[in-house]
Amino acid sequence: MSGGHSTYTPKTGLGRWIDARLPLPRLVYDSFVAYPVPRNLNYMYTFGGILSIMLIVQIVTGIVLAMHYAPHTSLAFDSVEHIMRDVNSGWLMRYLHANGASFFFIAVYLHMFRGLYYGSYKAPRELLWILGVIIYLLMMATAFMGYVLPWGQMSFWGATVITGFFSAVPLVGTAIQELLLGGFAVDNPTLNRFFSLHYLLPFMIAGVVVLHVWALHVTGQTNPTGIEVKSKTDTVPFTPYATIKDGFAMVVFFLVFMYFVFYIPNYLGHADNYIPADPLVTPAHIVPEWYFLPFYAILRAVTFDIGPISAALGGVLAMFGAIVVLFFLPWLDTSRVRSAVYRPWYKLFFWIFAINAVFLGWLGSKPAEGLYVALAQVGTFYYFAFFLIIMPILGLIETPRRMPNSITEAVLEKNGGKAVPHAAQTAAETQS
Amino acid sequence: MSANETNDASAEHNRRDFLYIATGMAGVVGVAGAVWPFIDQLRPDASTLAVAQIDVDLTEVQAGQSITAMWRGKPVFIRNRTEAEIEAARETPLADLPDQLARNENLPADASADDVSRSAGEGRENWLVMVGVCTHLGCVPLSQQGDFGAWFCPCHGSHYDTAGRIRRGPAPENLHIPAYEFISDTVIRIG
Repeated sequence: MSGGHSTYTPKTGLGRWIDARLPLPRLVYDSFVAYPVPRNLNYMYTFGGILSIMLIVQIVTGIVLAMHYAPHTSLAFDSVEHIMRDVNSGWLMRYLHANGASFFFIAVYLHMFRGLYYGSYKAPRELLWILGVIIYLLMMATAFMGYVLPWGQMSFWGATVITGFFSAVPLVGTAIQELLLGGFAVDNPTLNRFFSLHYLLPFMIAGVVVLHVWALHVTGQTNPTGIEVKSKTDTVPFTPYATIKDGFAMVVFFLVFMYFVFYIPNYLGHADNYIPADPLVTPAHIVPEWYFLPFYAILRAVTFDIGPISAALGGVLAMFGAIVVLFFLPWLDTSRVRSAVYRPWYKLFFWIFAINAVFLGWLGSKPAEGLYVALAQVGTFYYFAFFLIIMPILGLIETPRRMPNSITEAVLEKNGGKAVPHAAQTAAETQS
Repeated sequence: MSANETNDASAEHNRRDFLYIATGMAGVVGVAGAVWPFIDQLRPDASTLAVAQIDVDLTEVQAGQSITAMWRGKPVFIRNRTEAEIEAARETPLADLPDQLARNENLPADASADDVSRSAGEGRENWLVMVGVCTHLGCVPLSQQGDFGAWFCPCHGSHYDTAGRIRRGPAPENLHIPAYEFISDTVIRIG
């Protein structure tokens, strides 16, 4: 863990000269070379590295696209087609960027579910988790505004519906909406400012990522057992162990990513977005991008007034509440045991939650009528019950399984206690 | 240690404390004043706010036909309603309406949502002029569809009746009626 003694020793004269003035190489060495990581990390722990790379991919392709794109309602749609047809490798840049957004979210969802399963948000990592939720919120804002830029039908109507959320706020709602849009309806001022903010937010994400990694390196990583690192045998150095493992996971992840980019680049998009925006015609089904679907289902599940709260406002509150509740997760979970590996009941409820999240996503893609609404209400109830009822109560009444005394013991137990530490690590992975 | 220092300091409030606070408050006001233009510029600009009045000629619109006009970036539905549609709207008891206000800019805010208040008024009950934006989240409803054979919003399933009143679904209010007037027998001015 950081705070420990730095083992960096510059080998050259230039190295010593820099180290005495700006010890950046020392920071990198301590953070990504000598940094001790738990020896039992599995592949679910590789998504942090993958996410960093995806952020870079999005920023680089995005900067390129901005060189050829025109943020004006009369030019935007055509300039995107110009990128696709005229700009050298423009089609590749755009498909990388559009599919990159989806794969960014695939990675972040796996990263978050990993945290949820292994209890990564528990003390002393509350701020680490909260910074992650902030990154997630910034990602959603960035993705939403980016989707508006091609100025297709889904761009326009997605923007209309989502900015319409704010009009549900009593009294000041319409004023807030007009402030966001810069007009009475989604129009050129909206497109302009969304472009500006879409360019800004990724750099804000990068800033929060620095804080996220900083917080991670203060507390150290969790691991599948949830037991804190106790001795040197519990860890291996970041390089080569974690670097190679992260690198291999990245290659596999990028294989899938590139399959989408080169073979089914429009699979995750909507055909309607290849129709130029038309303020007079609403598409039959306005569907957000897949990564927003569970929240869209929650929004539409509230079809009834709750006391003074109208159905429209209730839906918006439920949708934002579904994300806000994540901020309080470290305090909603009352269990002292971190990892679901040793919590049989939590493990069950976790998997129901994961299936429910996918189920809500499927419902979000369906029209809001008949049985779909009722199912979305059930799904929404479980979503909130998981955080607000199950987590606080289960932690108090659940009897956890017997836990090993240390990470080393857990690894050795798994391998019959016969292997030497480093060899045991390799064996554990090939068996699992 | 620091607790002691704080106690010592707070024990003797003096003019220096006052100056610190006064300077701090002046700074807050100054920063707020500097920030305001950056927020203000987000609001609708002069070109957007410029009075947008449109005149629409209704000569060609026969009973049972609708036209859509574009006003301030939003569609306005203008429908020449049939006798059956007017009758259906009139027969609906007010108690059946989720929103019992007319939402008509030309009438007082507390006017009830009876059919005449929703229409262009006595003698022009056949005309219905509404902003074609669903009061739920701003989609454009489809006409002659839904449970009431009138307007239906495809986004989240709001059903409006033949007077543009919300009857079923998540929308909280009746379709809004903009300020408009008949400047001749066949021409209306919206805005």
